[in-house]
Amino acid sequence: MIDKSDLWIIIIAMGIGSFGLRFLFLGLVGDREMPPWVLRHLRYTAVAVLPGLVAPLVLWPAATNGQPDPARMAAALVTLGVGYFTKNVLAAIFSGAATLYLGLFLLG
Amino acid sequence: MPSYYDRSTYLRGVKDGLPFILVVAPFALLFGVVATEAGLTVFETMTFSAVVIAGAAQFTALQLMNDNAPTVVVIASALAVNLRMAMYSASLTPHLGALPFWRRAFAAYTLVDQSYALSTLEYEKNPDMTLAQKTSYFFGVITPVLPNWYLWSLIGAMVGQSIPPELALDFAVPITFIAMIGPMLRTGAHVAAAFVSVTCAILFAFLPWNLGLIVAGVVGMMTGAQVELWQERKSGSEDAS
Repeated sequence: MIDKSDLWIIIIAMGIGSFGLRFLFLGLVGDREMPPWVLRHLRYTAVAVLPGLVAPLVLWPAATNGQPDPARMAAALVTLGVGYFTKNVLAAIFSGAATLYLGLFLLG
Repeated sequence: MPSYYDRSTYLRGVKDGLPFILVVAPFALLFGVVATEAGLTVFETMTFSAVVIAGAAQFTALQLMNDNAPTVVVIASALAVNLRMAMYSASLTPHLGALPFWRRAFAAYTLVDQSYALSTLEYEKNPDMTLAQKTSYFFGVITPVLPNWYLWSLIGAMVGQSIPPELALDFAVPITFIAMIGPMLRTGAHVAAAFVSVTCAILFAFLPWNLGLIVAGVVGMMTGAQVELWQERKSGSEDAS
């Protein structure tokens, strides 16, 4: 169970932090240039964080008590493939969901 | 006071933003469902969505709270997911940086994946746009997107507990993230960063409090930046020869 005072600390800190990140350059830097090495690292934040977040959820799903599950792995691979080749987020979500339900239906 | 409103450009922004309701609505709905399943009230869920407006970061925070990670780790990981917003902010600054302070603050609050992606694309296509047109387009895009983010979070929070476990909604979050990762893998550097991130996350999964994710994020970013440098040098030396 999530502790309520922790929850509010997290909501408030994330609100301030998210706004701070969005406002950082637009509001404070103005038209000044940023060092290229900073931009070069910022370019890869999303692809460096999201895959690392997802990998354990795919390998060890909580719903199966951490046991690797073929239906969920197949769904993850199909979602990634469709997303990569079509560049279409919605198509990837629907293909992945279809694969998951088909897998759960066939493999029980 | 100068006007920052250009009607036809605003309406074009609204029109271009409309299809993104299809992406935002299910994502917001899902957040509402997952949040109430984790024990949040409707009010807490809505405050979370309205204050943060970043689905990926909110899901990350929920996941870690469920795993009983320490508060500092939850905040750091969720904000790390949101670091790309700083990138967006930096890239929009040359276009909207001349706006008055409060308008810049409001633009920052509404800076999300969709408003960033569509606006930069539009500004690149039409380099002669005035500040008023750029501003109108940006706020046009978020006009259909943001209210739907609030609305569908609310619907999700209200129907949340009535969704049966057979629907395997636990896996909706990974699928949504993976679906967003696919189109992001535009260059070898992006693929390398993602691959290293996955490898590190698995190798360091034994670390407490999800610190493995922080390791994966930092090493992944450094990998992306280094591969980019290496590719630039390689193409540079090919040009020279």
